[in-house]
Amino acid sequence: DIDDVGHKYYLELELEDVLDKDSTVNCTAEVLYHLGNKNIAPDVQFTLEGELKNTDEADNIFYNRVKSLEKELVAENIPDSHGNVPPEMEPIHLLAWVASGYVIWQNSTENTKFQLAQIKHVKQVKRTDEYLEFDYMILLHDMVSQEIIPWQMTVLWHPQHGVQVTQDSRQPKHASG
Amino acid sequence: HQVLRIKTRNEEEVKQLQLLESLEHLELDFWINPSTAALPVDVRIPANNVQAVKAFLESHGIEYSILIEDLQVVLDKEKEDMAYGQQRERSSNSFNYGVYHTLDSIYAELDHLASEYSNIVSKLQIGQSYEKRPLYVLKFSTGGRNRPAIWLDAGIHSREWVTQASAIWIAKKIASDYGNDPSVTSLLNKMDIFLLTVSNPDGYVFTHTTNRMWRKTRSKNPGSVCVGVDPNRNWDAGFGGPGASSNPCSDSYRGPSANSEVEVRSVVNFIKNHGNIRAFLTLHSYSQLLMYPYGYKCTQPADYAELDALGRAAASSIRSLYGTTFTVGSICTTIYQASGGSIDWSYDYGIKYSFAFELRDTGRYGFVLPASQIIPTAEETWLGLKKIMEHVRDNPY
Repeated sequence: DIDDVGHKYYLELELEDVLDKDSTVNCTAEVLYHLGNKNIAPDVQFTLEGELKNTDEADNIFYNRVKSLEKELVAENIPDSHGNVPPEMEPIHLLAWVASGYVIWQNSTENTKFQLAQIKHVKQVKRTDEYLEFDYMILLHDMVSQEIIPWQMTVLWHPQHGVQVTQDSRQPKHASG
Repeated sequence: HQVLRIKTRNEEEVKQLQLLESLEHLELDFWINPSTAALPVDVRIPANNVQAVKAFLESHGIEYSILIEDLQVVLDKEKEDMAYGQQRERSSNSFNYGVYHTLDSIYAELDHLASEYSNIVSKLQIGQSYEKRPLYVLKFSTGGRNRPAIWLDAGIHSREWVTQASAIWIAKKIASDYGNDPSVTSLLNKMDIFLLTVSNPDGYVFTHTTNRMWRKTRSKNPGSVCVGVDPNRNWDAGFGGPGASSNPCSDSYRGPSANSEVEVRSVVNFIKNHGNIRAFLTLHSYSQLLMYPYGYKCTQPADYAELDALGRAAASSIRSLYGTTFTVGSICTTIYQASGGSIDWSYDYGIKYSFAFELRDTGRYGFVLPASQIIPTAEETWLGLKKIMEHVRDNPY
């Protein structure tokens, strides 16, 4: 507890590569949840004790594949109801996961526990510059309230410049389901 | 190839056959070797040597008969029979436990299990859902009258698909293990098991037709456009307390009153009428947790030490199969304070062994767990359940 400021947590984490379970990196972090105003994202400082794997090759393959599509990429329900993700959609899924991490961070409090539940819809937006742009509608699951929250996010990505969420907004839930 | 049966009458004839045996170029395969005149000699002869061997036997006056005229024909028929048998097995039980099924498909399999294992499995209806779908329970019993019993349910939250899928696999497992697995056999010789594979059929159908993420029942809420009640906030245990919402639009809406949901009321009535339920086990997903009461309050249950130890033993059994780790603790300390939960009700009702499982995974796929993980999840979960059931069997109270 830090008087008049908020609650600070000191964490020691082991990060595991989702695509390679044997690849792990240790990490220390400090997270400060601000008192009062719940509209401020928690402060996060972290130190990686090691290096993350280089993904240039896979990144470039995906980048070139999408850049060379004639029609904009469009997809729905990733994973589908049965948990399937078509192999060519896996990078789209992973990108959403990273981008939703940002959205989750920006909207987390000590009383939330968000996970990406599903991509409802994704549409590529063609750009004249080198970036790839995707307009996602995702569902976030909050473990604490058990709510499923639709969220729109616009994601920019480039192999060398990384991920950016340029726009995001919480969407209203449907009443009857 | 032919197989001949040779009847030797004396030692002299046996010696002749032993001579024949030594002629390697004939490639004779003795199924019964020549040793004494008292026993027949059976020998397989390659096709191109059959005439030569017969000529030899006839010239020495040795009696023989043809056991198998054409061995290949016999082998071909055997192969055909085996394939036919396998195909019959496949088409009589074509339920694939490794994929997600519709409600109708699960209900058909319940009937199939009750029929295939009719000596120990029967299907009961304990009530109807809001939209009038039957609530079916499988009873596993080897007899007796009102034996002490274990209750197991799945799918109370309809979007948690791996639970209904695991439950039907577990039903098959219990049925087929009786008489084969010593532990299951001794368990069913002493106790009954009641298994509700789909606790919330209306919600389950809705997840197939309309909204994969639907959690609640489908009951109408007067005065609200929002539908449904969280069936695991609707039990009479700390009802109305913290950890449940009073807003009908919420996914954790507790309902207008405890037991307002027919899906909950039906189970409560069944358990009360039975009168001899000794364990209450319920399956949820996801998070990989194994929990005991309480959820509605953060104080320890009286049987904390025993429940915690048993929970840890069960988690250890789960981990032994694929390394999947479950966190053990009370609901309140492990996930959150939540009132109106089923195992809190069952525990306060007097059912000491009350546990709630949250199955795979920890969030990567969450509710939309790939079907390829159904059977591994069911297998490991079964080990944990079995550990608990064995303890219940061995510790009557």
